[in-house]
Amino acid sequence: MIMAVQSSFKNMTLCLFAVCIVSSALLAAVYAVTKEPIEAAEHAKTVSAIAQVVPEFDGEPVSDTIEVAGKKYPYYAVSKGGQPVGYAITTSASGYGGAVTLMVGITADRVIYNTTVLSQAETPGLGAKCTEPEFADQFKNWNPAEKALKVKKDGGDVDAITASTITSRAYALAVETAVMVYDALAGQVPADGVTGATNTEAGTESDAAEAGVMETDKGE
Amino acid sequence: MGKFQLITKGLVKENPTFVLLLGMCPTLATTTSAINGMSMGLATLFVLVLSNMAISATAPYIPDKVRIPAYIVIIAAFVTILQFIMQAFTPDIYKTLGLFIPLIVVNCIVLGRAEAFANKNSVVDSACDGIGIGLGFTIALTILGLVRELLGSGSAFGYKFIDGDGILVFVLAPGAFMALAYLIVLFKKLTAKKDE
Amino acid sequence: MEYILIIISAIFVNNILLSQFMGICPFLGVSNKLSTAVGMSGAVCFVITLATLVTYLFQYYVLVPLGIEFMQTIAFILIIAALVQMVEIVLKKVSPALYQALGIFLPLITTNCAVLGVALMVVTNEFSYGGEPHMLNLGESVVFAFATSLGFGLAMILFAGLREQIALNKVPKVFKGIPIALVTASILAMAFMGFSGLV
Repeated sequence: MIMAVQSSFKNMTLCLFAVCIVSSALLAAVYAVTKEPIEAAEHAKTVSAIAQVVPEFDGEPVSDTIEVAGKKYPYYAVSKGGQPVGYAITTSASGYGGAVTLMVGITADRVIYNTTVLSQAETPGLGAKCTEPEFADQFKNWNPAEKALKVKKDGGDVDAITASTITSRAYALAVETAVMVYDALAGQVPADGVTGATNTEAGTESDAAEAGVMETDKGE
Repeated sequence: MGKFQLITKGLVKENPTFVLLLGMCPTLATTTSAINGMSMGLATLFVLVLSNMAISATAPYIPDKVRIPAYIVIIAAFVTILQFIMQAFTPDIYKTLGLFIPLIVVNCIVLGRAEAFANKNSVVDSACDGIGIGLGFTIALTILGLVRELLGSGSAFGYKFIDGDGILVFVLAPGAFMALAYLIVLFKKLTAKKDE
Repeated sequence: MEYILIIISAIFVNNILLSQFMGICPFLGVSNKLSTAVGMSGAVCFVITLATLVTYLFQYYVLVPLGIEFMQTIAFILIIAALVQMVEIVLKKVSPALYQALGIFLPLITTNCAVLGVALMVVTNEFSYGGEPHMLNLGESVVFAFATSLGFGLAMILFAGLREQIALNKVPKVFKGIPIALVTASILAMAFMGFSGLV
């Protein structure tokens, strides 16, 4: 057995310093190596989430953020053969155990194509069921102009999960927010056949935006 | 002690969960299903083996008074490496286990083995000890996860064979304490018979 | 209003011991006697609040500007270890009486996962208290940390009281010690489940 190193002040400082330096160097090296796979994994996850919630598209989804009513929402615009297919919008609402974050796909004709849960911390076996098709599939091809995005208890058309009204409410609210964001987006991009005026709040904003565009046109 | 005994002693005689009662936080928190329990166990195994080896190799050069901070830094470095690897290759499991991956740093099993075994034994022996204890922990967590998943949601390893819900409370916090209590009792009974 | 929700949520609804499972080692280890449980809770309360304050500042004024967030785990555990040492030294000099009461628990706290857990929680998780989910700011983080440690103390002291009673009763041999404590904790956790949905 080698004699233990003396616990002198110099030894202790040197040793801790060396351990920290070596550990940091090792970490930086591993970080550099795994950085790309981590980003690739995150990217793949986003792309697969987008592919789930919007109809078939080609090319890369264009990512951007939009500010609606003082809050920023990330979204992805997808198109096929140059024609816009729709938007995949990320929204969240407070559930039972924290935020429920969704990716909501809305097609160019203002119909919800599909939704998927990006993250949630709801109770397993209760609220966590919002990720299961029994609940989530009801939002497929949901037309917000015809059916209200509120749970039945609150006078809407959403079938709540048994014993998890709060989660169901959060889910419906997140989808509703996505529709609001969509309206703001549709107002920004003058797409034919889409009226962004159904939602009053977003409607006024898009009107203002359009007015602004016209003014600059005049100025030129 | 042979290398084989070093590995097997962690499974039953010195099982970290059922006998030594160490590392209770991840044991209770991450065993909502068998898969989650197993993932947590394997993550701990990874850190345990590497930190045991590193500490065994460096122990003679570390002054006695600062050994604990030095060990903690070494363990934290391996935990962070594990975080990178999991984020890159198993992002879903990483997300499910959440905070309990970085919290491996303060898992008493890891620091405990460093103090009790790795700093006085050879690198190879320490690796075997890490594998043994780590496997014991993994098996315990998988069993606990399996029991909770079976009772709580009527499935095993994600494969559902009962329609509808199970006894929900077993997936929730109280069920974790209860299931662990009865498993420890069962383990005590079984090992006591063996000794006779 | 938000502060009140944070406090209620951290103490009762998301109790760190009974629903998050952080800090179970001291929960089972030093809860035999009410007096030690009180001492441990006091020490944890002090360290969690202080550690969260320091790690929060370190995260946003050192790690983020330098772009080395990946050093988070190492940096935080070192800060906590150093803080615990410092608290021990300062307490010894300034208030020997308090040191007598809390001193023996301090070394155990470095490896209490509730401390690192809360420090990491406030810089990685988004919280929502009725309103929009958001990251906590400095004030909210400190309040959250303090309330969480109060929740730790509450669960710890209740549990120690129960265990003192159980020690006087006859318990089947195999259940003696930890198993019966776990069953007790299970029932206590069930009681705390009654608070869920409050915030």
